[in-house]
Amino acid sequence: MALVKDSAEAPALPLTPQHQYVAFAIMVLFFVAAPFFVYPLFLMKALCFALFACAFNLLIGYVGLLSFGHAAYLGSAGYLTAHAAKVWGWPPELAIVTGTATAALLGLIIGALAIRRQGIYFAMITLALAQMIYFFCLQAPFTHGEDGIQAVPRGVLLGVLDLRSTITMYFVVLAVFLGGFLLIYRTIHSPFGQVLKAIRENEPRAVSLGYTADHYKLLAFVLSATLSGLAGSTKALVFQLASLTDVHWSMSGEVVLMTLLGGLGTVFGPVVGAVIVVSLENYLAQLGAWVTVVQGIIFVFCVLTFRRGVVGELGRFIGRSL
Amino acid sequence: MSTVFGVPTQALFGQLLIGLINGSFYAILSLGLSVIFGLLNIINFAHGAQYMLGAFAAYFLLQWAGLGYWWALLLAPIVIGLFGIGLERTMLKRLYELDHLYGLLLTFGLALIIQGLFRNEFGSSGLPYSIPSQLTGGLNLGFMFLPNYRAWVIVFSLFVCLGTWYVIERTKLGSYLRAATENPVLVQAFGINVPRMITLTYGFGVGLAALAGVLAAPIYQVSPLMGADMIIVVFAVVVIGGMGSIMGSIVTGFALGIIEGLTKFFYPEASNTVIFVIMALVLLIKPAGLFGRER
Repeated sequence: MALVKDSAEAPALPLTPQHQYVAFAIMVLFFVAAPFFVYPLFLMKALCFALFACAFNLLIGYVGLLSFGHAAYLGSAGYLTAHAAKVWGWPPELAIVTGTATAALLGLIIGALAIRRQGIYFAMITLALAQMIYFFCLQAPFTHGEDGIQAVPRGVLLGVLDLRSTITMYFVVLAVFLGGFLLIYRTIHSPFGQVLKAIRENEPRAVSLGYTADHYKLLAFVLSATLSGLAGSTKALVFQLASLTDVHWSMSGEVVLMTLLGGLGTVFGPVVGAVIVVSLENYLAQLGAWVTVVQGIIFVFCVLTFRRGVVGELGRFIGRSL
Repeated sequence: MSTVFGVPTQALFGQLLIGLINGSFYAILSLGLSVIFGLLNIINFAHGAQYMLGAFAAYFLLQWAGLGYWWALLLAPIVIGLFGIGLERTMLKRLYELDHLYGLLLTFGLALIIQGLFRNEFGSSGLPYSIPSQLTGGLNLGFMFLPNYRAWVIVFSLFVCLGTWYVIERTKLGSYLRAATENPVLVQAFGINVPRMITLTYGFGVGLAALAGVLAAPIYQVSPLMGADMIIVVFAVVVIGGMGSIMGSIVTGFALGIIEGLTKFFYPEASNTVIFVIMALVLLIKPAGLFGRER
């Protein structure tokens, strides 16, 4: 798997990740200050997608597995959260847990099937199984088909935080994002993460050293699916909507695009990529299908000449891995 | 009305026929994917878009040049195949040294561009393309009504598939191709121009997709997104069959089409998902695919 080798290899010089703390601090400051200057709903969308892209990057960047069906976790978690909050009347924290747990379970099943093949087949299998989830959501009565679940109540978090206030909702979303981000950061810098990277670089060798590669892959897959589900659950509460868009394959493509543009296998790349793609879509929204064309052009451009992505190139420029 | 297991045979055979038609498209498309993957090590995500381009080429030939179905059947695969060759020469060939997944991402991007452009121009609804006059009407077989055009699609698809199988498995040219799939460096050392072979192979695979598009145009309408969902099903077909064998792709394609048709009749709710369920089962029992081998 040489997919992200060049971006991970070049700036591997210093082991002290001090500059990463600086970068993290800048990111936190940016997101704390941003809602006072930018439309908060837009920022919340960016944060949800940033978490989604970070979760996706955990698989492609650190295990070398390209999942082309991550929309399944985002979307189904959104549906379950919306259903729990609206129909069952559950409080937001329980609704989010329900959605996230659904994604985790789905990740366990799909992951167990998909890791039976490698490389290109893995991508096709995840895509096909996600399409199956899409058709399920299209037909199941509780998702309300094309209409989706609308007017989902945000509720009061833990009985204290009233999420109907936009700014409260914003900081809850920010906390969820940072929690997920730090969990991923911790994972990739743990011994577990080192084994994942070993599997990415040379799977037979990792196996010969006594690591059961399949267990590690599956665990990483479930973690990635769970965090994608967390992003989807939060998104459903933010927009008070769960719809078919979030389970469609184009959403799976979008998260690949965000991660690729930001930088595969970089810590901050998916966040940057998500912000860029979401802003782009915001500006291009009135142009209809041109959004797809622009996305396609970015894909082609990134693959042909910009494989390290924005953050990967930046990291190479300053000689540090970001 | 005659019945089998208490169901009307007319409707059953009708669905079986649609299943066979879909199966022909699955077979041709997965055949193209396998041939391309064998030599280029790239999964051609743009295959669905190229299938759509084939149908549109037929439509344009009729609208602009007044050339009918039979000309389209000949010209569309050539034109779209040349377009594929252009893509391979300018873009895909830069990726052979890289991980396979970049090929998937690039062709996915190309599919987005092509489908987006056509959607801008023609919207999401389909354009009608009429059945050629020689093939209108149908045959009453007693137990069902068989439209001539549909019979033609099945027979012609089988002919194309078996022809491809023959060329690859039984001719000198095919033996070069198979050898280059095994070991391109060695074949190149024997004085065969492997890069040109790769280019032509991609063009051929794309041409096959376009041919399926022309065949599909009179049955389904010509629409920008006709290949978008199709390609995902074809991926599942490829996973089920395994990409090791040409005959495997053909058999799997037709068989899954028939199974899908039967599901549509006996349990319509599952007709969209049945192929994916079968894929999951195959992965559990024989991960390499029914005709594939681990590599």
